[in-house]
Amino acid sequence: MDEAATTMTPGERFIETYFNAAVMERYLPAILDGFVVTLQLAVLVVVSGILLGLALACLRAYRVRPLNVLIVCFADILRALPPLVLILIAYFGLPNVGVSLSAFAVIWIVLTLALAAFAEEIFWAGILSVAPGQWQAARSTGLSFTQTLLSVILPQAVRLTVPPLTNRAIAVTKSTALGMVIGLSDVLGAATTAQSFSGSATPLMMAAIAYVILFLPFVVVARWLESRFKWRHA
Amino acid sequence: MTRPSTSSIAADRLVSDARAERGSILELIALHKSYGPLDVLKGIDLKVKPGEMVFLIGPSGSGKSTLLRCCNRLEEPTSGAVIVEGEDITAPSVDLNKARRRIGMVFQSFNLYPHKTALGNVTLALVKVSRLSRAAAREKAMAALADVGLADKAAAYPAELSGGQQQRVAIARALALEPKVMLFDEPTSALDPELVGDVLDVMRKVRAAGMTMLVVSHEMRFAAEAADRVVFMDGGVIVEEGPPSAVFGAPREARTQAFLSRVKH
Ligand SMILES: Nc1ncnc2c1ncn2[C@@H]1O[C@H](COP(=O)(O)OP(=O)(O)OP(=O)(O)O)[C@@H](O)[C@H]1O
Ligand SMILES: [Mg+2]
Repeated sequence: MDEAATTMTPGERFIETYFNAAVMERYLPAILDGFVVTLQLAVLVVVSGILLGLALACLRAYRVRPLNVLIVCFADILRALPPLVLILIAYFGLPNVGVSLSAFAVIWIVLTLALAAFAEEIFWAGILSVAPGQWQAARSTGLSFTQTLLSVILPQAVRLTVPPLTNRAIAVTKSTALGMVIGLSDVLGAATTAQSFSGSATPLMMAAIAYVILFLPFVVVARWLESRFKWRHA
Repeated sequence: MTRPSTSSIAADRLVSDARAERGSILELIALHKSYGPLDVLKGIDLKVKPGEMVFLIGPSGSGKSTLLRCCNRLEEPTSGAVIVEGEDITAPSVDLNKARRRIGMVFQSFNLYPHKTALGNVTLALVKVSRLSRAAAREKAMAALADVGLADKAAAYPAELSGGQQQRVAIARALALEPKVMLFDEPTSALDPELVGDVLDVMRKVRAAGMTMLVVSHEMRFAAEAADRVVFMDGGVIVEEGPPSAVFGAPREARTQAFLSRVKH
């Protein structure tokens, strides 16, 4: 092996390190399994995080004092905390109080809360940015507060929230890679396991490619959403 | 009491007698509104009879918009009552959303929903509040748009319409709910001068159809021609009121005279 390494050109050594065909073949199934786990988590986190954030922003619009204090505290604390801290607290702390969650559940819940905190602030800023005249016009025709919020205010607010929201959703979803530290078999988890068994960096490169394949469509869809919402009857 | 039934003057008198008998359709009683220490409305008493067009004029900050917005409780009156068709809509038991259907409102800045077409703007409350079917709402909305001369713009978004057209859609949106009273807050102030006429024409038409209207406006010529009554407000109180010929032609109060000489020049 040493002999072989010394006779290699730098180019060959690069290929051998990152794109070793034998290693690729051997660990592809594990990486694919990890890919599915990461994909599931990404979709779950985006859907539940955005829905929870939207629900909190809507609740906040009713301006019930004690409720709003809670929502603001939740949003501020979760935006301040690094998700990793919460992941560790939930995974290693909760079993002591009798709640043991799988690594998958911990990542899903923590990242949902983190995304919801940012989404709530983004939706809330969007709701506030709609002209007060829109509320007045709708209420003057007899629409209730809730009807006005849902049919008049949110459709306008959401338009403004698309760019910051898609960026934030992508950033939070990429944090699924933190699952590695609590033994989650996502793409990165599978790749680091494979790397320690094989002693090759190839599985890590496979993980990188998998992330690009997974997140590139997100980024493209985000870009499309942004341009669509920006230009419609501007 | 005999009347020459062929005379149009007598006919007018019959109509106004009938109005007096039916009482007022909108009545404000001792209406007060304050924002903290600032007293904006200091006891307003006003009766508007069915089919009457009342113009509310006065200097900036005198409380005209606040008064209109108290009429449908977009602003909560601090005290006093707002009676619409005999019902006190400031009573705690009142269904405010239902009451608001009887009070149409048109705003200075149109306030059309930018994400909906002209038709969508008009149908929204018909579907959500009046609970009409989509088809029935559409039919009614198209009729309302035709009334303001914009049937051909039903599919246009507000951003594709001129200010005058937007304001006419806003009038159609209010009219489609078949209100008993229409409130107009400076409906032409945000318009280019050449677009004002179209909106005033629509308002004339609405009046001719018998709608009761309470209008805040600086269009004094329009007021002189179309109003049944002009109410001059200053500092949160009604200073003077009467037919336009009296208020414009021979104002009694010094404050009215000062205001009119300022707006005429
Ligand atoms: N939400 C509010 N909070 C505090 N003060 C207010 C509020 N709305 C209106 N005011 C004050 O109430 C007074 C009357 O305002 P209003 O808008 O009714 O006047 P207006 O007669 O319609 O004037 P304009 O001709 O300029 O429209 C003003 O001094 C205004 O600053
Ligand atoms: Mg005003």
